[in-house]
Amino acid sequence: MPAGLIRLVLLGALALGLPAAAGATTGAGLYSENCLRCHGVGGSGVSGQGPSLRRVGARAADFYLRTGYMPLRDPEQQPWRRHPRFSDAQIAALVGYVASFGHGPPVPAVHPEHGSVSQGLRVFTEHCAGCHQVVAEGGYVVGARVPPLDRSTPTQIAEAVRIGPFLMPRFPESQISRRDLDSLAAYVEYAKNPDDRGGWALGHVGPVPEGLVSWLLAGAALVAVCALIGRRGTE
Amino acid sequence: MRRWLVALGVLVLGRGRRPPRLDRERIVPEGLPSRGAEVLVLALFGLTALSAIAFIVVYAWDAIPHQTQSLGLAIGLAFAFLSAALIVIAHRLVVAEELEDDYPPPAHPVEQEEIEQLVEESGDRMTRKRLLILGGGAAGLAIGAALVTPAASLGPVLRVAPLLRTPWRRGLRLVDERGRPYSADEIEEGTFYTAFPEGADREQLGAPLVVVRLEPAALDLPDGREGWAPDGILAYSKICTHAACAIALYRTPTFPDVQPRPALVCPCHYSTFDPATGGTVLFGPAGRPLPQLPLELGGGGELRAGGNFSGPVGPAWWGVRSKKPL
Repeated sequence: MPAGLIRLVLLGALALGLPAAAGATTGAGLYSENCLRCHGVGGSGVSGQGPSLRRVGARAADFYLRTGYMPLRDPEQQPWRRHPRFSDAQIAALVGYVASFGHGPPVPAVHPEHGSVSQGLRVFTEHCAGCHQVVAEGGYVVGARVPPLDRSTPTQIAEAVRIGPFLMPRFPESQISRRDLDSLAAYVEYAKNPDDRGGWALGHVGPVPEGLVSWLLAGAALVAVCALIGRRGTE
Repeated sequence: MRRWLVALGVLVLGRGRRPPRLDRERIVPEGLPSRGAEVLVLALFGLTALSAIAFIVVYAWDAIPHQTQSLGLAIGLAFAFLSAALIVIAHRLVVAEELEDDYPPPAHPVEQEEIEQLVEESGDRMTRKRLLILGGGAAGLAIGAALVTPAASLGPVLRVAPLLRTPWRRGLRLVDERGRPYSADEIEEGTFYTAFPEGADREQLGAPLVVVRLEPAALDLPDGREGWAPDGILAYSKICTHAACAIALYRTPTFPDVQPRPALVCPCHYSTFDPATGGTVLFGPAGRPLPQLPLELGGGGELRAGGNFSGPVGPAWWGVRSKKPL
């Protein structure tokens, strides 16, 4: 269901005075209304429904709630970015509650202003571009759509790198250091509005549209050459 | 179009024709011989042949900078010169009077003869037909040779031993990009590592590895590979068995209950290999499993090779399945 439709349904429910999904205000209350069915009591996880949250910490809770990935209607569905279901205060309460399940990692601190865009490009090319494409436009892998990163905040980038959401691998500090992560976040920020030296960006998705345009231009040039060297019949 | 066909007909049929009968009335008006145009055509044929030969030379000579661009330039120039030669023939050598009469059906021998005469006379301006045919033949041959040359890269015909050689031997340590040995306890689940043989040339096809860790209980390796994956750590060749791209993607589910199983994926054509079952192909164009390298733990917990790969590394070639790595 698209985010707009969900909001409409919620508004309708509020207008009718029915208890809405966002009725509770404490972390525990919000959790039992929105998360419990799949993630179980105290984040123990439910087989076939949702993974355990005992050691995921504030990092994963913050990421999945602020990107709108969770709550998910169907556990087999790929989470996709949408408007968050909860307000900032509600997210803070939920994140605190999920973090209380166990000793999980905190929300990472990332400083793109300390990073270097060129180093970020190197790290991104090596670790991310295989799926997300070099200008972070997203794409496809076997079994999943790869999201574009045009609306990801630096904190969400850092969280995703360490968590590895859905089918993405995670990258511990031995693979991408904190300093490289700062650069990576700086590059992703840059890639939101890249400097297109060539003129036509063609959607930043690489050789396919570029090839199509080349064929089109070459075809036009060939037709022009034919018109130059040929002559119309005299009928 | 017709003029091009006529030009081609002149080139193909012109040789060894009987001299035009003098008593016959001409259909095509007489054109003056143009030696200048002929020389130009010959020069263009020569340039075509030279460009095509340049393509072959650049293809064979790896050390040249910007090889791909030079290849494109050479073959592009060859075709450009060839088309220029044909344009000159059509414009300046073939008599260019428009004859709008319909061609009669070929069943009538008299008219057939007329067409032959027409073709013959259209080529009248060419004084050195044999030389031109020779030039055109040389240009065509050179372009043909240039187009066939890349077939040499399809694989070795006689000597395949270099393709089977890998640097991996029992006891060799696995190191990272900076040459630091990997220890087993730093290999985490859910991510993947690139490893190289210590002290060996990393540019060799058989050198790079992709290393992952899975739950030992989740492994289902083929018979004879018992003990190849200590603590669930697996090493595979990083070179895809389809077209030799680097296996740069690792698909790893957050929630394995409902999501696809872990897989090594090649970004070029999405060949997908299952690390839990010995690198078998799950999806994509690859025709054989990813070669697995047996691993051992050293005394200090470092990762060492336990032998050579399970099969030949790299893309497929004739008879690759029957070979063993050296």
